[in-house]
Amino acid sequence: MQQVKHKMPEQPAEERRRNFNEVALGYEEATARAEAARCLQCKTAPCRQGCPVEINIPQFIKHVKDGDFDAAIDEIKAKNNLPAVCGRVCPQEDQCEKYCIMGKKGEPVGIGRLERFAADCAMARGRRDKATAPQEALGKVAVIGAGPAGLTTAGDLARLGYKVTVFEALHAPGGVLMYGIPEFRLPKAIVQREIAALRDLGVDIQVNAVIGKTFTIDELLNEEGYDAVFIGTGAGLPHFMDIPGENYNGVYSANEFLTRVNLMKAYQHPHTGTPVRVGRKVAVVGGGNVAMDSARTALRLGAEQVYIVYRRSMEELPARHEEAEHAIEEGIDFRLLTAPVQVLGDDKGWVTGLECIKMELGEPDASGRRSPVPVAGSNFVLDVDTVVIAIGQGPNPLVQDTTPGLAVNKRGNIVADEAGATSKAGVFAGGDIVTGAATVILAMGAGKKAAAKIHEYVQNKKAAR
Amino acid sequence: MYTIVKKEELSPGVKLFVVKAELIARKCQPGQFVILRIDENGERIPLTIADFDRDAGTITLIFQEVGNTTRQLGTLNEGDALLDLAGPLGKATHIEKFGTVVCVGGGIGVAPVYPIARAYKQAGNKVVSIIGARNADLLIMEKEMAAVSDILHITTDDGSKGRKGFVIHPLQEMIDAGEKIDLVMAIGPVIMMRSVADVTRPHGIPTLVSLNPIMVDGTGMCGGCRVNIGGKNKFACVDGPEFDAHQVDFNGLMVRQRMYQDYEKMARCSEGGNCQCNK
Repeated sequence: MQQVKHKMPEQPAEERRRNFNEVALGYEEATARAEAARCLQCKTAPCRQGCPVEINIPQFIKHVKDGDFDAAIDEIKAKNNLPAVCGRVCPQEDQCEKYCIMGKKGEPVGIGRLERFAADCAMARGRRDKATAPQEALGKVAVIGAGPAGLTTAGDLARLGYKVTVFEALHAPGGVLMYGIPEFRLPKAIVQREIAALRDLGVDIQVNAVIGKTFTIDELLNEEGYDAVFIGTGAGLPHFMDIPGENYNGVYSANEFLTRVNLMKAYQHPHTGTPVRVGRKVAVVGGGNVAMDSARTALRLGAEQVYIVYRRSMEELPARHEEAEHAIEEGIDFRLLTAPVQVLGDDKGWVTGLECIKMELGEPDASGRRSPVPVAGSNFVLDVDTVVIAIGQGPNPLVQDTTPGLAVNKRGNIVADEAGATSKAGVFAGGDIVTGAATVILAMGAGKKAAAKIHEYVQNKKAAR
Repeated sequence: MYTIVKKEELSPGVKLFVVKAELIARKCQPGQFVILRIDENGERIPLTIADFDRDAGTITLIFQEVGNTTRQLGTLNEGDALLDLAGPLGKATHIEKFGTVVCVGGGIGVAPVYPIARAYKQAGNKVVSIIGARNADLLIMEKEMAAVSDILHITTDDGSKGRKGFVIHPLQEMIDAGEKIDLVMAIGPVIMMRSVADVTRPHGIPTLVSLNPIMVDGTGMCGGCRVNIGGKNKFACVDGPEFDAHQVDFNGLMVRQRMYQDYEKMARCSEGGNCQCNK
């Protein structure tokens, strides 16, 4: 048997670095079936322990192998409402594929690629989920935030028959899938189609509804008649570095840079109303997936030179290996063991450079990673006219600030248990708003657990009446 | 969709819309704003709520046609609709009985000052209002402001209405005459707000300004609206829009407002008309 995964075709780096089309092109049917045949169909299915949404992985793969693609997607959708998304952006190497027996001697089965194939295949054939009519009697649930966590909770509750309304602050549902992850990694049409499938399940999505402002949580519970509320408002507050020059024109948070390009489609300006200033040379500060996305986006917008400025070494880089690899192939210049000191600007307030200092790795810190220590006197200036800061996001405070009785920790994240229950009766939370910035799939796993808990809570409450 | 139920031209290039937006009308307070998007390709822009009618479920928006989006907005008519309207956003003005409050509105800034002045008045304050514009034609909401003010001063740069000069002149005179002022609320062009702050600072008169920096989402997500307040960055959308005028880095704010000037021109050229590039 073949020891390595079947390759997934990609746009060549030279071509894709200047367009927004998807980088990875997906398996053809024959390749998918051949890859599926690599699965040993282990009785113990160790892969399943790595899946936060508990997909029956061997079963769906078996259906792909047999060419029964309808059965494959049904198997996945029984657990996962967003398979085309997950097949693209999940870090499978740290999850299902990490536990695959095939990975012991060679490469694991390409579970993510097969999930993507099954989802794309169903979409291409226009296959729709069976529409369900919500039963008001079962219960009415409000979901705050139409990102991965909220959409998962909404989908699971709708499948159970609940009447679910999702409140989204922006004008389009999807959360980070729409504003954060770029088109070339996750086409927006695919996100919207997966969301359309949730609408088919009877989920009502209200956009432009800023909870904490338009309604408070208490109003939803006490005046609008919701039996329970799920908060999945994510990690939406960008961190800055607090270094001099951060307010010069040309300094963006990654959130702003990516939102302008992805959600507002600034790459089509002036056809679209929102501009983005890319500049000739761009420094992206940070080493996570968001930093990779920002750098590769800047390149596609026409920047001549794009740097990643990261204070540790390649080994500690938090981005997925695949993302860093793609960035390197496309010509992103990695300046490792380098930390910004200040942003330089001209007398009109525009960025003219980024002063950095070299770092070396010292003793491991609390996170177990070796902490970077500045090398005295090693300061130098990167010649850039745009700086994108991608050093992480904190929790958005709008809901917490307007919800008395909802406990938050010192970082401002909502305190919730494993199942998503918060300190306030009837209020559940999950995803980045609880854990701090993490991955799409972990947020979805939390949303799934919360949906089960909400079901239990609402039915107990109704039984007690 | 949010239908425009009434349109009025207040002065050349300044228009008023009354927009059906029941949820926002139900909750909004003086000092808050909305983010709107005209159509599928539109940008998100913030506009302060100039008035609201909770019974009719409407809010009033007043805007000056300065950028591409506001110019496109001006072409809409009664019966047309905005695609997106989110709000009410930002913190509401803190209203209580302070004593004597001076409300200063410059140009289009009179619009957001109006509901705030009215609320101060209703809370039992003595409200002295100073409104100004470049000339008589550009002066808006005189009648409305008169109705909610104990005293109303009007200034125009050219003297075509009220007294010739700037809004800070009547304010300076009040201070010079030793009148007790408990609070100043100023909204208008950044340069005007900076001047008001400079006038009141030496006398330690508490002064608030409402800032309108460039925003994208308006919910704290992008940080584009960050302003240096007393040495620390604050987000105008969630921490403001009102701030202590004596702490605001007005120069930094002015620089950031110029960020997309070239892009505005580019968009105008591509529209084919009204191109300013060669002028």
